[in-house]
Amino acid sequence: MNQLLTFIRKEFLHVFRDRKTLLMLFGLPIAQIVLFGFALSNEIKNSRIAIVDYSKDAVTTQLVNKISSGNYFDIQRTLQSATQLETAFKKGDIRMAVIFPANFSTDLVHTGKAAIQVIADASDPNLATTITNYITRIVNDFNTQTALTAGRPLQIVPEMQFLYNPELKGAPNFVPGVMALVLMLVCTMMTSVAIVKEKELGTMEILLVSPFKPIYIIISKLTPNLLISIVNLFIILVLSALFLDLHVKGSILLLTFDSMLFILTSLSIGLLLSINAKTQQAAMMASLMGMMLPTMLLTGFLFPIENMPLPLQALSNIVPSRWYFIIVKKVMLKGLGVTAVWKETLILAGMCLLLFAISLRRFKIRLQ
Amino acid sequence: MITVTNIKKTYNKGQVTALKDISFSADKGELFGLIGPDGAGKTTLFRILTTLLLPDQGEANVNNYDIQKDYQQIRNCVGYMPGRFSLYQDLTVEENLNFFATVFGTTIKENYDLIKDIYQQIEPFKDRRAGKLSGGMKQKLALSCALIHKPSVLFLDEPTTGVDVVSRKEFWAMLKKLKQEGITILVSTPYMDEANLCDRIALIQKGEILSIDKPAGIVKAFPGDLYAVRASSTHRLLQNVRNYPNTATCFAFGDALHVTFKTPGSEPTALLDHLHKKDHPDVAIEKISPTIEDCFIHLLKN
Repeated sequence: MNQLLTFIRKEFLHVFRDRKTLLMLFGLPIAQIVLFGFALSNEIKNSRIAIVDYSKDAVTTQLVNKISSGNYFDIQRTLQSATQLETAFKKGDIRMAVIFPANFSTDLVHTGKAAIQVIADASDPNLATTITNYITRIVNDFNTQTALTAGRPLQIVPEMQFLYNPELKGAPNFVPGVMALVLMLVCTMMTSVAIVKEKELGTMEILLVSPFKPIYIIISKLTPNLLISIVNLFIILVLSALFLDLHVKGSILLLTFDSMLFILTSLSIGLLLSINAKTQQAAMMASLMGMMLPTMLLTGFLFPIENMPLPLQALSNIVPSRWYFIIVKKVMLKGLGVTAVWKETLILAGMCLLLFAISLRRFKIRLQ
Repeated sequence: MITVTNIKKTYNKGQVTALKDISFSADKGELFGLIGPDGAGKTTLFRILTTLLLPDQGEANVNNYDIQKDYQQIRNCVGYMPGRFSLYQDLTVEENLNFFATVFGTTIKENYDLIKDIYQQIEPFKDRRAGKLSGGMKQKLALSCALIHKPSVLFLDEPTTGVDVVSRKEFWAMLKKLKQEGITILVSTPYMDEANLCDRIALIQKGEILSIDKPAGIVKAFPGDLYAVRASSTHRLLQNVRNYPNTATCFAFGDALHVTFKTPGSEPTALLDHLHKKDHPDVAIEKISPTIEDCFIHLLKN
């Protein structure tokens, strides 16, 4: 035990004496928060939506057909009542709901004017804006078209309602993304260098010829990185609360627990890279190239995963940050509890265990 | 104690042979030297004995533990100082020593008397980062770290390379003292003058052991007589001695040439006459006793 503590203490000394790396570790989350303030917009296809039609007349049927005819929306036909909508939104099954009230056709016949209700999940504000714009355009189109055939103008007005993020702030979407990206990068990069550095300096030779067990070496290497990453997590949370007015809606404890799980998964990836790499540079490059791109592209915070070709969608399943991103969105933005994220949590835990076990097995007890 | 039997090791899937059929043994409390030039296979042998590499063939035991099966036991009881400086450069002298003491489950205090002589010399710099030490001080720190857990077998891979003459002397004096503590020491060096300080030495070249004996025994085995030839114009002298028909070997050693003859007898005087004729008026020849280096070169020739 004393041995392990001394080893961990030594690892902390390495970290604190390397000022440049330290600056990068804590500068990265801050820079990312600032940079991603300007999120990107993008086209959306096949968004899952629900249509609840209480009127069920000729006009609504026509309009529903028109909405479903393009490839913008994928209508979830199973959802037939407003009561089902909330759970569907919370589970992320649908992005938007269009509701035709029961008095829709009577209003339209008597006054020539009727309203439909459009509810969008705005935790991803870009997506919400884009898909509500689509709906507005389709309805307006429908208005002018029927005006030509019927001879008198129809006035169907979509009334927008944004859930979770009514002001359509960009922050709610990119903060979980930044959390996933920063934690992933910092963890894999720091750890990937850790073991290969000892190999490069030759100190691994002495460590191997000692009573010290490989598992202790691994634990000592991971501990400082785990603590630093947790500090980083809280820096991000405090920054977003202070400057972006984004507070954690759900349980902080749950968020911290899942974050630690994600951190451990990322650390295990770094460990695996470190054990297989020959030089520090190779390990750095592998963690930057191999981790940064998949994390950015396949997590779902820059580009919605449902828009991707199927092979990429399948590939995104093995990217840990994808699951973590879902968890953070649910817990932080929607305020959901364990029951909503147990599946993602289990997936992360499984990945973490698997990666750690592989690393431990592949740890070389000899030089070659 | 160490026993090595028919160890063979190749790299790059057998393309490069590092060790061919090496066998030797060192007794408890013996100071055993591996003497040979760079690339002779010394480091490979150290790595095999410290369980860092597996040999292709052969067996080896350290403290009666098999290097393959009982690697953990060997790792618990030996001290190893690699040829390259392998301590944490960003930690201070004291932090390094403390770390290695703790990793081996001991404290600086417990074995201080063992390292006192060397550690005292670097103690004034104990708050300095190891990376900022001079070459000699680094080696002293590395030896302190390898000794701090009182190993029963000590492996030192070229501990004095890059160390000044005075420090080298001190270093060897240290090894003598450690030997008296009953520690078996296997030390390698490219410096022939250090060979005399070992109990026994193995001359190693291109992965083969040329000879194993006490330093005196190796010198004694030198066949024939050896002469030192001196004159002012050394380069021309070397040419002339080498061209002399009865010269067997002739090598430059500092300011002198070390020469052996094909047939013993009155050759030195004959060579003296020959060199006088070749315009070396100040030439002098004397009979000398061979050094380890002479023996090494002789063994290489055959």
